[in-house]
Amino acid sequence: MKPLAEAELHTYIDGALSEGARAEIEAWLASHPEDAERLRAYAEQNALLRSLYNPVLDEPVPAALLAVRPHAGLRYAAAAAIFALGIGLGWIVRGMFNTPQMPPVSLARLAATAHVVYSPEVRHPVEVPAGEEEHLVNWLSKRLGTTLKAPKLAPLGYELVGGRLLSGPQGPVAQFMYQDTRGQRLTLYVSRQRGEPRDTAFRFSQEDRVSVFYWVDGNFGYALSGEIRKEQLLQVAEVVYKQLNP
Amino acid sequence: MDRRLIIEHIPRLRRYARALVGDRYVADDLVQDTLERAWNKFYLWRPGSDLRAWLFTIMHNVFVNQARRRRYEIEQAMEEVPAVSVRATQSEQLELQDVDRVLRSLSPEQREVVLLVAVEQLTYEEVSGALEIPIGTVMSRLSRARERMRQLLGAQGVMPLKVVK
Repeated sequence: MKPLAEAELHTYIDGALSEGARAEIEAWLASHPEDAERLRAYAEQNALLRSLYNPVLDEPVPAALLAVRPHAGLRYAAAAAIFALGIGLGWIVRGMFNTPQMPPVSLARLAATAHVVYSPEVRHPVEVPAGEEEHLVNWLSKRLGTTLKAPKLAPLGYELVGGRLLSGPQGPVAQFMYQDTRGQRLTLYVSRQRGEPRDTAFRFSQEDRVSVFYWVDGNFGYALSGEIRKEQLLQVAEVVYKQLNP
Repeated sequence: MDRRLIIEHIPRLRRYARALVGDRYVADDLVQDTLERAWNKFYLWRPGSDLRAWLFTIMHNVFVNQARRRRYEIEQAMEEVPAVSVRATQSEQLELQDVDRVLRSLSPEQREVVLLVAVEQLTYEEVSGALEIPIGTVMSRLSRARERMRQLLGAQGVMPLKVVK
């Protein structure tokens, strides 16, 4: 009997083998119990790894993953094509410098800082309370130059407290504050972003004790901050995202 | 360009990413970056060729680049043992946790090969294509990874030992 190569032994547990090859390996294993024991262990590894990770297939796919869109890519491809033609060269170059591919980490940092400053406020957490929600939303929309919405998070246990206008590196920023019955507060930070409109995926950042999920949608950056576990914050962030992108 | 083509692969990309990096959120970030890149490069995909293998190649490149930029926090990943099937009995759960811990101790290169073969059930040729390495390298990584896992699991007494009377 000719010695079997290591690769052939692995084929026995992984691959589709012809009858002949299978019989040959089985004959080998019958007279080489150490190899047989080794293959048995490898096959068990396969089974354990599958039972460990197959459950991921049954999990619902996070909305943020389904929301990944080709737009940004098309835009970059189009920009590259124009660039190659030499049209609008200066404008494109400026646009490239103004448009980092990754969302700026500072969005998360700014949002977390604003969260830490305003969420502990007892008497003046907001400038305009939720009782005047319509006025609040209209006012902030006007200042940011877009149509804002205050997401409805009551089904998740968070009621709108109100909102305020802040100042950010790109001008006005809107902050909406929410709170649950235990007084746990979340803030949604909305600011205009520099450069070309683009979309990014959800990102997570831990800023000291504050968890932040943030993303960029068109010209605006959104960041949801809270001092809660990221799993819980993600649930809220997904709802916020869905409501803002119906 | 058909979104559904890529979307239907997301559950398997998530499974592979989860097994590769351990932490659920880091894994989904990896999937997200992979999808963004896939969309941006979709014009490079040859219709009719294996889209799943192409996506694994992209994920591999993203993973390697990220690992180069900042090393994944393996220790944290080890603490967060992924949810196991509810059907698993207690002793099976222990085994699953052990096998996951041992998986984390492999080098990323070995882990990729083991997972693509064992969990994703790619052929050796497909693994060679997805990771852009020669098939001989696939086999040597696979062989070393499996033997290392066997040694580690054996050392912990997880694999049933022969009863000696």
